Amino acid sequence: MNETFYDVMRRQGISRRSFLKFCSLTAASLGLAPAFAPKIAHAMETKPRIPVLWLHGLECTCCSESFIRSGHPLAKDVILSMLSLDYDDTIMASAGHEAEAIVTEIVEKYKGNYILAVEGNAPLGEDGMYCIIGGKPFVEQLRYAAENCKAIISWGSCASWGCVQAAKPNPTRATPTHKIPNLANKPIVKVPGCPPIAEVMTAVVTYLLTFDKLPTLDAQGRPQMFYSQRIHDKCYRRPHFDAGQFVEEWDDDAARQGHCLYKMGCKGPTTYNACSTMRWNEGVSFPIQSGHGCLGCSEDGFWDKGSFYERVTNINQFGIEANADKVGGIAAGVVTAGVAAHAGITALKRAQSQGEQK
Amino acid sequence: MTAIITPNGYNLDTGGRRIVVDPVTRIEGHMRCEVNIDENNIIRNAVSSGTMWRGLEVILKGRDPRDAWAFVQRICGVCTGTHALTSVRAVEDALKISIPENANSIRNIMQLTLQVQDHLVHFYHLHALDWVNPVNALKADSQATSELQQKISPHNPKSSAGYFRDVQTRIRKFVESGQLGPFKNGYWTNPAYLLPPEADLMAVTHYLEALDFQKDIMKIRTIFGGKDPHPNWLVGGVPCAINVDGVGAVGAINMERLNLISSLIDQSITFIDQVYIPDLLAIAGFYKGWLYGGGLSGTSLLSYGDIPDKANDYSASNLLMPRGAIINGDLSKVHEVDLRDPEQIQEFVPHSWYAYPDDLKGLHPWDGITEPHFKLGNKTKGTKTNIQELDENAKYSWIKAPRWRGHAMEVGPLARYVIGYAQGNKEITEQINFVLKTLDVPVTALFSTLGRTAARGLEAQWAAGKMRYFMDKLVTNIKAGDLATANVTKWQTDTWDSHVKGVGFTEAPRGALGHWLVIKDAKIENYQCVVPTTWNGSPRDEAGNIGAFEAALMNTKVERPEEPVEILRTLHSFDPCLACSTHVISPDGTELTQVKVR
Repeated sequence: MNETFYDVMRRQGISRRSFLKFCSLTAASLGLAPAFAPKIAHAMETKPRIPVLWLHGLECTCCSESFIRSGHPLAKDVILSMLSLDYDDTIMASAGHEAEAIVTEIVEKYKGNYILAVEGNAPLGEDGMYCIIGGKPFVEQLRYAAENCKAIISWGSCASWGCVQAAKPNPTRATPTHKIPNLANKPIVKVPGCPPIAEVMTAVVTYLLTFDKLPTLDAQGRPQMFYSQRIHDKCYRRPHFDAGQFVEEWDDDAARQGHCLYKMGCKGPTTYNACSTMRWNEGVSFPIQSGHGCLGCSEDGFWDKGSFYERVTNINQFGIEANADKVGGIAAGVVTAGVAAHAGITALKRAQSQGEQK
Repeated sequence: MTAIITPNGYNLDTGGRRIVVDPVTRIEGHMRCEVNIDENNIIRNAVSSGTMWRGLEVILKGRDPRDAWAFVQRICGVCTGTHALTSVRAVEDALKISIPENANSIRNIMQLTLQVQDHLVHFYHLHALDWVNPVNALKADSQATSELQQKISPHNPKSSAGYFRDVQTRIRKFVESGQLGPFKNGYWTNPAYLLPPEADLMAVTHYLEALDFQKDIMKIRTIFGGKDPHPNWLVGGVPCAINVDGVGAVGAINMERLNLISSLIDQSITFIDQVYIPDLLAIAGFYKGWLYGGGLSGTSLLSYGDIPDKANDYSASNLLMPRGAIINGDLSKVHEVDLRDPEQIQEFVPHSWYAYPDDLKGLHPWDGITEPHFKLGNKTKGTKTNIQELDENAKYSWIKAPRWRGHAMEVGPLARYVIGYAQGNKEITEQINFVLKTLDVPVTALFSTLGRTAARGLEAQWAAGKMRYFMDKLVTNIKAGDLATANVTKWQTDTWDSHVKGVGFTEAPRGALGHWLVIKDAKIENYQCVVPTTWNGSPRDEAGNIGAFEAALMNTKVERPEEPVEILRTLHSFDPCLACSTHVISPDGTELTQVKVR
C-alpha cells in the first residue's frame, strides 16, 4: 500500500548503512539490547503502518474522547496495529522539544505518505497567538504538517466548520481547515459532528487503510456513506411525525411514550448524520431515543441557527428529496423536502396549527 | 540573578538554567511550562502558561439561557457534561426552578460516571507513562508478573502467566516494528523510572484493559443523555422520560435500560476495586520515596462541594462531596465558602493576557471583565510569534488568576479529600487511613504529587459506590410511583423575571467549577466561568503569589533536564484542562465583540 520506511529513506539517498545505524539508534534510545536492531530493520523494510500526525488546535478534545469510545475496531487495535499515531499531544509520551521533533521527522521522512488528522481549528486573530504550540501560532504547525501529507482528515465540527468558538462573533477568528489561507492543496475528508460518532471515525480511518483510497465524498467534503441521509429520514420516531403525534412539553405523556420531538426543536429534519441508524456508543442510544431533540451538531454553523428548542419553521410546501449537496446550510427549506417526500404534509400542518393554538 | 520571596512563601530564583516544555502533552488543551534549575538540577523558579483562548462566554452573550448548557459543554470534551450540569444549575438558580428527585438522581449518576471514567483515563492514559516504562515491560517474566498480580489483587481473574505473555508478545511486536506511535521519543532510559519489569508489564496490560473498559462506563450517560461525549441536558430536569410499564415504555427509561445501567455500575465498581486501586497502591509503593510536588496542597485548598443527596438543596450539609476552604496550612479550621460573596472569589489579571480598567484590582465573577490583551514583557526572549522564553514579570498566560480571599488555592480530588479529612468525613477518612496504612507513610505524604494521584483513585472508588447509591434511590423513587424527570412550570420565557442572576457549581473531576450568569429580558447578559484549571494553573497575581502548578514544581529535582519526566509527573497529577481554563469573557461583552477582528 505504501512505500516502506526503508524505501523512502533509500529514495532520499540514504545508504543502507545509515539506515541500519538508524535502527540501532532507535533500539538504543528505547533502552533495548542491540539484538533488537535487526528486527526493527526488518519491520521497516517490510510493512510499515501509515504514520498519522494528529494535531490539536482550538478544541475541547471531544473528538479524541469519542475516538477512544469506538467499539469496533477498538481504539487500542487502531493505535497498536493499524496505523502509527506518532504525534497526538493528548496521549503521546514525549513533550516539548522531543514532541515537536516528531512532527519534523515524520514530515521529512514520510513525504507524501502520512495522514494529517486535525482536531480543532486555528484562530487567525492576534497573529494566531490565541493558540500557541511551542511558542508559535498553531496555524504554522498546521501549515507545516499539511505541506507533505498524503491527505487531511478534519475531525469533528471544529475542523470541518468552525464549531463553537467560531459561533458569532467568533472572537478569535477560528477558521476550519479548508479555509486556512496558504494551506497546501491536499484532499480533505470532513468528518463533522460534535463530536463525530466513534465508529464513524474509526470506519473512516480503516476505509483509508483497507481500500487505500479516500471514501467517496459529497459536495461538502463528507464521506457519503455516513453523511448523505437525514437523521429524520431514518429516525425510529418518524412514524409519530407522520401520524402527527408530538411531544408538547418535557416529560408529558407523549414524551414518555416516545413520540416525535419536532415541536421541541429537534433538528433531525435538517441534519445529515448517521445517529439514527448507527446510534452512539456501540448502538446504545442516540439523542432522540434518550428524549432530547437533535442539536444538528454535524451541520455547518449549527450554533447560529436559533435556539435549540425553537421549532424548525417557515416551511415551504413543496420540495423534492434533496441530497446533502443541494441542501447546504438552509435549514428551513430542507424540512420541506422530507415532508413532501414522505407525505407528511398534513401531519406537519397539524403540528403547526397545534403550536399556534398553544 | 534575582531572588524573590513570594507572599505565599516560595523562594524564586531566576538564575541558573532555563528549561522550556512546550507543548506539555498528555493534558487537555495547550500549555507551556518554563522552569529555572540550579547547578544541582533543582527547580528554583516555575512559570506555567495557558496557551489557548477561545472566547466562549462572549459567544454566549444574547443567547437563550436554556441553550447555554450546550455551548459551555463544549468548553471541554474530556470532563464532558460537567460544564453543562453547572450551567443548568446556574440557570435554575437564577430562575428559582426546582427539579424532580429523579432528575437529581440521574444527574448525580451522570456526574459520578464522569468522575469514574475521567479519573480512570487520567491514571492509565494521561499519567501512567510518567511512572510506567512500556519498553521495560519487554524484560518482564510473565510468571512473575502473574504472581505479582495475584498478590496485589487476588480476585482479579485476568492474572494468568499466559495472559501477560500474550500482551507482552503484542507489545514486543509493536516495539520491534520500530514505529513507536504514542510512545515515540519517550524517556525510556531515564533513571527516574523505578518499576521492575513485571510491574511495568502489569501496568501496560491494564493501560490496554482500561482503554477498552472506559468506553463501557460511559454508556450509562448515553442511556440518559443520548450520546457521549457531550450528552444532552435540560434546564428544569433531564430530557429522558421514565416509563417502566406503560404504553411505549420501550422508548423511555424502562426496566431494560435500568438493568443495563445497573450492570455497568457493577462492572465499574469491580474494575476499580480489582484493577485501578491495586495498581495505584503497587506503583505508589515503588515511588513512595519520591515526595515532591506538594505545592499548595499542604496549605491552601478549596472545594465547592457537589452531589446533592436530596434535590434542590445545595447547602454544604446536603452535599456528599465536601465544601470548604483551608488556608495557611491550618487543617483544624475549614472555612465556609460562599460563591455569591463578592469578597471571597475574585479574579486578577496583571500577569494574564487580559486588560482590566485597573489591572491591580480583583473582580468577583458577577462583576468580572475580560478583554483579551496579548502583550509580552520586555524580557521575553524571541518575538511575538516565536516565543523562546516568557517574561513572567509581565503578562504571560491566557489563564486568569482567581483567588479566594486573596489566597492562591489548589482544587481537585486532593483538595476535596484533605478538606473531607479535616472535616472528619467518615468515608473519606477511612479510605485515606487505608492507603496510609498500606503504604506505611505518614499523613503528610498526602501533600505531594503522589498524594494527588492517590486521592484521584480513591475518589473514583467512592464515586462508583455512590453511583450504586443513587441508582438504588432512583429505583426506590420509581417504585413509589414518582416518574417525574422535568419541571416545566418555568420553561416558557414569559414566566421569567426580567433581570435575574444565578450561580451554579459542581466539583468537576479536576476540581471546583463555578458558572455565574446574568439574565436580562430572557437573554444572557453576562456569563462567567471560573474553572478548576484556572485555579490550579493560575499565573502570579498582583501581590506576587504563585499558582498551584507553579508552587508544586518548586524545589523538585530533575534527573535529566532535557527529559522533563519529573515536571510532567507533577503537572499531570493535577490533570490539567486548558480548554476549560482559558475562555473567559466580559460582563457587558461590548469591547470584546469588536476586538481583533482584522
